[in-house]
Amino acid sequence: MVMAAATTRAATQKPTRVDVIAVLERVADPEIPSVSIVDLGMVLDVHVDAERIAVELLPTFVGCPALEVIQVNVVDALAPLGMPVDAQFTWRVPWTSDRISERGRERLAGSGFAPPAAPEDVRCPYCASDRVAMDSAFGPTQCRSLFYCRACRQPFEAFKPI
Amino acid sequence: MTGPTRAAPPRLDPALRAPLAELLLAMADDEFVSGFTDSEWTGIAPLLEEDVAISSISQDELGHARALYQLLAEVLDDGRDEDAIAYDREPEDYRHARLLDHPRGDWATTIARRFLYELADEARLASIGDGWPPLADLVGKLRREERYHRMHLVAWINRLANGGADARQRLEAALAGLGPDAATVFTPLDGEATLLDAGVLTRSMADAEAAWRADLTAVLVPLGLPLPHTMPPTKGGREGHSDAFRWLWGEFTAVRHTEDGATW
Repeated sequence: MVMAAATTRAATQKPTRVDVIAVLERVADPEIPSVSIVDLGMVLDVHVDAERIAVELLPTFVGCPALEVIQVNVVDALAPLGMPVDAQFTWRVPWTSDRISERGRERLAGSGFAPPAAPEDVRCPYCASDRVAMDSAFGPTQCRSLFYCRACRQPFEAFKPI
Repeated sequence: MTGPTRAAPPRLDPALRAPLAELLLAMADDEFVSGFTDSEWTGIAPLLEEDVAISSISQDELGHARALYQLLAEVLDDGRDEDAIAYDREPEDYRHARLLDHPRGDWATTIARRFLYELADEARLASIGDGWPPLADLVGKLRREERYHRMHLVAWINRLANGGADARQRLEAALAGLGPDAATVFTPLDGEATLLDAGVLTRSMADAEAAWRADLTAVLVPLGLPLPHTMPPTKGGREGHSDAFRWLWGEFTAVRHTEDGATW
C-alpha cells in the first residue's frame, strides 16, 4: 500500500527535495556498496523546480574514474520520480573527508575501511587496535591509503583525510 | 577521456580569453604529460607499494589534466572537447614545460623530475587568485590532492639522498641533468599582465619561481644536494620538444589514431 501510494503521488505530483534525497540515500559508491553518496557527503544540493530535478554533486577526487558511473546512477535512480534530472559535478565547494556523515563513517568501518583520520588516529576496522602502521599513503583507489594492523595481522585500507 | 559533466561556467570577459587559454593550456599539458610519463612505471616500479603510489599519482595528474582541459574547452568554445584538445594536436603544439620533456629515465630521474615539478606546480597553484571563479574553485580542490604528492616526493628525496652511494649518486646525477630545465614551469606567459590585472594570477611567474626556489632550498640544502639553475628570461621554455616526447606522443595518441573519435 505504501508503495502504491508513493507511485501514485510520483505520477501526479512533483517530488519534494526530501523525496529526492531519500532516493539518493540508496545510490551507493560503486566501490563501497554499503555507503551512499549522501553519507559520503558527495551531494552538495538538490533543487526541484517546475521542469526538472537538479542535483549538484561533489567529486571526492578530481580524477576519480567512478564519477561518471555515479552521475549515471543518480539519473537512473531518480527517473521513477517522473521528471527530467540534471545531475552535474561542481568544484564550487571542495569535497573534504569531513563531509562524510557519522553513519557513513560507521558503515565504512563495517566494510573494512578505516574512516578518514590523521595517521596516528587510524584504528583497525577489524579489531579496533591502535597498533597500526601506514604502509603507503597511496592505495588501490585515489581516496584510500594502505595500512597494516600489528594486533590482528590484517592489512586494511583507510580513507585519506583530505 | 570524456569525464563527468559539470555545470556551465559564468560568461567570460573577451579580453581575458586568450591569456586564460594560454595559462590553462600550460597547466593542463604539464599535468597530462607528467602523468602520462610516470604512468609508464605501472607494473615495473621498484616496489609493489611504489607501483601503486606512482600509478595513483599519475591517475591524479591525468584527472587534473582532464578538468583543466574541460575549462580550456569552455574558454576556447571552438567546438573541441577535452579529448580533442588532449589528443588531436601535433607534438609541437603541446605547451608542457621542457622539464617534463625528458624521457622517463631511471627511478632517481623520475623521482627528481616529479619532485622538482610537484613543488613548482604547488608554487603555481598558490599564485592563482579568484579572478576567474571556475579556475579558482578547481585549484582549491587540486591543492588538497597535491599535498599528498609533495609528502611522497619529499620522502623519496630523503630516502635516495641517505640511501647509500649508488642511490645518492643517481639522485645527484638526475638533479644535475634536469636542473637547467627545472624552472621552465615558470616560463613567462604572453598574457601575464592581463591575468595579473584580472586577479586570475596574484603574482608573476617570476615571483612564483622565487617562492619555489626558497621551497627547494629548504629541502635540498640540508641534504647537501644541488639547486637547479635559475630560469633565463626567455619564452622558449614550453616549445621545441624532444624526441622522447615525440615517442610518448605516439604512445598516448595511439588509440585515438587507431579509432577516430575514441574516448576513454
